Amino acid sequence: MTNNIAITGMGIVSSIGTSLETNRKSLLQATSGLGQLQKINSIHASEIKVGEVALSNSEISAALKLPPNHNFTRTALLGSLAAKEALVHASIEDITAARTGFISATTVGGMDKTEIHFKEFNGNPAVQKYVASHEAGDSTQKIADQLGITGFTTTISTACSSAANAIMLGARMIRAGQLDRVVVGGTDALSKFTINGFKSLLLLSDEPCAPFDANRKGLNLGEAAAYLVLESSAAASGKKVLAYLSGYGNTNDAHHQTASSPDGTGAFMAMQKALEISNLSPAQIQYVNAHGTATPNNDLSESVALQRLFGDLMPYVSSTKGFTGHTLAAAGAVEAVFSVLMLQEQSIFPNLNFKTAMPETGLVPVTRVTAATLKNVLSNSFGFGGNCASLIFNTA
Amino acid sequence: MKPIYIHSAAVISAQDSFRNDEPLEFHPILEEKAGAQHPNYSDFIAPGMARRMAPAVKMGVATAKKALSDVSLSRPDAIITGSGMGCMQDTEKFLNTLMENKEAYLTPTAFIQSTHNTVGAQIALELGCHGYNNTFVHGSLSFESALLDAQLYLMEHPKANVLVGGVDELGIEFVGNVLQIEQGNPEGIRVPLGEGAGFMSVSHEKSTAGIAVNGIRTQRIVEERQIAALLKSFLEDHDTKLSEIDSLFTGHNGDGFDRYYSKVTSLFPTTEITKFKQFCGEFHTASAFGLWMAYELLKKHDLFIDENELNKNNTYKKVLLYNQLKGKNHSFMLLSQC
Repeated sequence: MTNNIAITGMGIVSSIGTSLETNRKSLLQATSGLGQLQKINSIHASEIKVGEVALSNSEISAALKLPPNHNFTRTALLGSLAAKEALVHASIEDITAARTGFISATTVGGMDKTEIHFKEFNGNPAVQKYVASHEAGDSTQKIADQLGITGFTTTISTACSSAANAIMLGARMIRAGQLDRVVVGGTDALSKFTINGFKSLLLLSDEPCAPFDANRKGLNLGEAAAYLVLESSAAASGKKVLAYLSGYGNTNDAHHQTASSPDGTGAFMAMQKALEISNLSPAQIQYVNAHGTATPNNDLSESVALQRLFGDLMPYVSSTKGFTGHTLAAAGAVEAVFSVLMLQEQSIFPNLNFKTAMPETGLVPVTRVTAATLKNVLSNSFGFGGNCASLIFNTA
Repeated sequence: MKPIYIHSAAVISAQDSFRNDEPLEFHPILEEKAGAQHPNYSDFIAPGMARRMAPAVKMGVATAKKALSDVSLSRPDAIITGSGMGCMQDTEKFLNTLMENKEAYLTPTAFIQSTHNTVGAQIALELGCHGYNNTFVHGSLSFESALLDAQLYLMEHPKANVLVGGVDELGIEFVGNVLQIEQGNPEGIRVPLGEGAGFMSVSHEKSTAGIAVNGIRTQRIVEERQIAALLKSFLEDHDTKLSEIDSLFTGHNGDGFDRYYSKVTSLFPTTEITKFKQFCGEFHTASAFGLWMAYELLKKHDLFIDENELNKNNTYKKVLLYNQLKGKNHSFMLLSQC
C-alpha cells in the first residue's frame, strides 16, 4: 500500500473521554457520553440531551499551561488538547524535521465566547479580546501555535462534513507531494447558537438519539475535537502505522440547503468516488460508519444511498452518534478515529438505542460490540449545503 | 504543481467592477467602510430568491454565474469557495433574535444561512452541480487556500473546469467592534473595512485569452526578517527573477504590520506597486480583488487609478501579489501572460 496515506497518530477529546484511550474504553464498553446540558445556560436544557466534554475551560487552560489573560475559545481549547495528543501519539518530537501542515475544521469557531459577550464588545475592553477570536480561522491559528506548525495551514468549514474534508485535503496534499505529513481533523464546542439553530429546525431529540430506528426523534448535539497525523509512506517508513487512508470522495447533493435528497444522490456519489480512488469494490468494504444523525431525513436518505451502493451485499453498518452526539465539524474526525480504532480492535462499535428497523429500507445496524474481520471500512459525513464526504480506511 | 489558467473573473466590490467594458477606473475609498456597489441581481438570480439571500450569498452567486457565462460554461466540475467570516449578517441576525427572544420563538432561516458554506452550497444548488465542493475559512488565506485546492484538483483532474472564488460581507454590528478596536489602536488598520466577491473559472487548458497562475505559496507564520528570503525561494521555485516582475500588488492596509510589505517592496526599487486595499477595503478575501486587478492588467485591459493608467504600453508579462494580515497568514501569487 505504498501509495496510501499512513495514519501514525490520533488524538481525541469527546463526551466519552478526554484521551484516545478513554474513548477506546467507552466504545468497547458501549458507554454513551450523552446527558444533561450542564455548561451552557439554556432554556432548552430539560428538553435536550447533549454530549458535553467533561473538562472545563479552566481545566484545559491549566493543562495547556496558557497564560491567564488568553483569548482561547472552547473550540480552540478542545482542539489544542486533541491535536497535541495526536502529535505525541505519532512520536513526532521535531515538528520542523519534515514539511508538516495543519488542516483544521470548525463550524462554530469562537461563537461560544461571542454569544456571551456580543453586546459588550462595544466599549468593554476586558472582553474585546474575543472579537479577534470569533472567526473560524482563529482556533486553527492557536492550535497550530500549540503544535509549532508555521507552514501550510488552513481551515475548512463545510458544515457537518468539515473534518472529513480536512482529512481528505491532507491526504491529497501528501499524494501531490506538497507535504510530507499533516495534522488533520476538526473541533467544535457546544454553543447556545447551534443548540438554538438545530432546535429551530426541529431537529433535536429529547432522548438519546436512535440512529436508523423507525421511531427516531432527531439528533443530539455534542462537542469534540479529534485529529489524525497523516504521513507519506516515505515519512512513515520505520514507524508504527495505525491504519491507512486509501480513498475519499467529496460531492454535493445539490438538492436543498438543509435536507438530503430522497434518493441520497450526493451520499451515493461520495461513497462511489471514495471506492474508485481506493480501487475497491463495494463487496470489499466490511463496515460502514454511517453519518446516521438520527434525524428522520438523514437516516432515510443515507440508508437508501447505502442500499443503492451495496445492494444485497450490505456490510456491517453503525452510527456512533449515540456515543458522542453529533459533533458537527469535528464529527468526520471523531468517526475517522473510531474507524481506525475498530480496525485495530477488529470489533465494531455499536449503534446505540436502535430497536426497530425503519419500514422504508429495513436497514438493521450493529447494536452490540461485535468482533469482525475488518480490512476496509468506510466513513460517511454529510452536511448542510449538500456537502457529502466519504473516507475509506484500511488495516495497517 | 503545474500552472492553472484563469479564463474569466467576475468581481463585485466597492469599485465599479462588475462589468466587461473598459476602462476600469479605481478610486481610493475614503469612508470607514468600503461597501460593495451591488449590481442589479435580477440578471443572475430570481428576484424572489435574491430577496432572501444575504449580501455574501448574492455577491457570490452573481459573480460565480457571471464568471461561468463569460466563458459559456453552464456547470463547472468543482466549486471551491473562500470566506474568512462567512455569512456575518445572518449570524448577527440569529444571535440578536436569540438574545432578544431569550431563545424562544426562533425561526431557522437566519441560522441556515449563517453557515460558512452557504455561498458554495447555494452556487451548487443554483447550478445543479454535484461535483467537488469545498469552503475554506482561514482568515486572510481563505481565498488562497481555495485557489491552492483548485490547483490540486486540476492536477488530479486535468480536464476539469473549476469555479473558484472568495467572498466576505461587512455585516452590520460586528464590523463596528472591529472598527472601534482598529481605530483605538495606534498601529491599527487605516484603510476602510470592506466586502466583496470574486469568482473565476480556471482550468489546465492554456489558451491565448487566459492568464496563468504560475504558483501560490501560503505561510502561516514567518519572521519579518525572513520574508524577503521566503519570497526569493518562491520565485526561484517558479524560475522567475526579481527583475522579471513587471508589477507588484500588495495588501498594505496602513497598520503596523505594513513593515512586512516594506521588506518586500525594497526588493523592487523600480517596480510599479499597487496597494489594492485602498480600493476594496480590508477583508479576509480582499486578495481575490487584488488577483482580479492583476488579471485585468495582464489581459491588457485599460485600468486607471484616478487619472493614471497602469501598464499603459501593455508590456507587462509577470505580476506578483503579496498579502498578509496582522503579520500572519502570508501569501504570494505569481501571475503571467500565457
